Amino acid sequence: MRTKEVFSNIKAVLKRELSGYFGAPVAYVFIVIFLLLVGFFTFNVSSFYEIGQADLRGFFQWHPWVYMFLIPAVAMRLWSEERRLGTIELILTMPITPAEVIVGKFLAAWIFIAVALGLTFPMILTVLYLGRPDLGTIVCGYIGSLLMAGAFLGIGSMTSSLTRSQVISFILAVVICLFFILAGYAPVTGALSGWAPAWLVNMVAQLGVLTHFATISRGIIDLRDILYFFSVILFMLFVNGIVILNRRTA
Amino acid sequence: MIEVEQLSKHFGPKRAVDDVSFTVEKGEILGFLGPNGAGKSTTMRMITGFIPPTAGRVRIGGADVGDAPLAARKQIGYLPENAPVYPDMTVNGYLEFCAEVRGFSGSERQRRVAATIEKCFLERVTHQTVSTLSKGYKQRVCFAQSILHDPAYLILDEPTDGLDPNQKHEVRQMIKTMAADKAIIFSTHILDEVDAVCTRAIIIAEGKIVADDTPTGLRSRSPLAGALTLTLGATEAEAAAERFQQVAGVQSVNIVSNSDEAVQLRIFPADRGAIAVDSLLAEAAARQLTVKAITTEQGRLDEVFRAITTIS
Ligand SMILES: Nc1ncnc2c1ncn2[C@@H]1O[C@H](COP(=O)(O)OP(=O)(O)O)[C@@H](O)[C@H]1O
Ligand SMILES: [Mg+2]
Repeated sequence: MRTKEVFSNIKAVLKRELSGYFGAPVAYVFIVIFLLLVGFFTFNVSSFYEIGQADLRGFFQWHPWVYMFLIPAVAMRLWSEERRLGTIELILTMPITPAEVIVGKFLAAWIFIAVALGLTFPMILTVLYLGRPDLGTIVCGYIGSLLMAGAFLGIGSMTSSLTRSQVISFILAVVICLFFILAGYAPVTGALSGWAPAWLVNMVAQLGVLTHFATISRGIIDLRDILYFFSVILFMLFVNGIVILNRRTA
Repeated sequence: MIEVEQLSKHFGPKRAVDDVSFTVEKGEILGFLGPNGAGKSTTMRMITGFIPPTAGRVRIGGADVGDAPLAARKQIGYLPENAPVYPDMTVNGYLEFCAEVRGFSGSERQRRVAATIEKCFLERVTHQTVSTLSKGYKQRVCFAQSILHDPAYLILDEPTDGLDPNQKHEVRQMIKTMAADKAIIFSTHILDEVDAVCTRAIIIAEGKIVADDTPTGLRSRSPLAGALTLTLGATEAEAAAERFQQVAGVQSVNIVSNSDEAVQLRIFPADRGAIAVDSLLAEAAARQLTVKAITTEQGRLDEVFRAITTIS
């Protein structure tokens, strides 16, 4: 019976946050930096042209590392700023639940990142020009990338609820994102498999984003990978909510 | 009705609010007074549900703030201390947002926002970004937000803080004109405001209520209240004081000032109203003293305030 209200509240927050993103020059700077970084890694480090393969593996491969820095930067102001300005006191005393605010803010940031990601479409045009790529795999790559971005965003939203300092929020988020990347990073799992039992190696790898991102971007949509990303998002937003409720005046 | 029952808030060992109870009915304007750090903001934050109390409860129009937060918050308008507003939004955009969260849509929303902008004299800055506004305008925007949905209960934490005298006057007028069908609580440490606006005042010190009375009632607690101040033409002050000391009902006489032009005496009665003014005048006439003025002291709020907030 409150469903309509829930959606209208989320929409109100989402609209406000989005207009905040696109009304500030910082957003455009962010998008440009994102595109430059991804482009640099793809063309200069992955030697995209030289390999001469018509796929986007050399492009998607860098997303976790670029996201690790840029997404905490997008997320850091989500809650820290509310605390610093004191506006958290107003929003939490309006007839809206903390969950609605959290989801609205999260979705707005996610949409913003989706827009930035969408602006990499010239990559698709390039591979189309170079050869006959598997479009399904490319679409999967984008889906995987967006889901990974969501997971990192969840982490960033959570850390920004912890403190009124954007810098601390940023650093905490980068560290946690790095943990989630390294858990599934081949050199790390390799080092682990030297001495740890196989089940442990596997568990750590399953916890990491890379394992799941790799599967999806190879063109395989496995429900478990999707579930993984949504679990990370939900878990982080849940912790976010607990933090907000327990440290309202921090 | 706002019902506050045995409300307490502890921050670690510190009792910021300690067993506070009161009710506010519609039509009342309750002034919430107290020195800095007395617990005013903490109490208001518990009333609005921003922070949970350590003990006690609050009901807003029957809805328990802890158990039915949304029902309670719908009826409240809240202006937090320092009037926080999103700095990157325009005044209009911000009020639109608040109206949306308050559940208004379409033309009703536009109508509300427009009416509130007019009521709070914000027409001039409607499309300005909040970060470019002066403190006074920012305060007004936040105030506008609190009355946008025409709430039955208004909680205002230092609504006139940082405003110039004209702006203070405007805010007070607004509060007064809204009072008829609302219950209003506002905190302040400006005592004049209590006289100018409140129907009732609660004084709180170190988290406890130390007085709950009408402004007149509070003032009458002043040791000065009920005393008569007598201004005489130039005369021998000590001798005059001794004369009046003999009049029936007089407890004591102080010399307030003594100059070549006038002598001012303060005459304290044994009981309030015990002195008949004509017997003082008769005494003055008998001694051939010129009475320039005679006034009854109403008592001073600042004295009362100081006396009861510095006991401990
Ligand atoms: N979040 C908090 N943590 C610890 N102490 C607090 C917190 N908020 C307020 N206090 C303390 O509680 C007391 C009451 O503060 P407050 O309600 O802001 O007073 P007032 O609004 O009357 O000036 C102060 O001593 C203040 O330091
Ligand atoms: Mg205060």
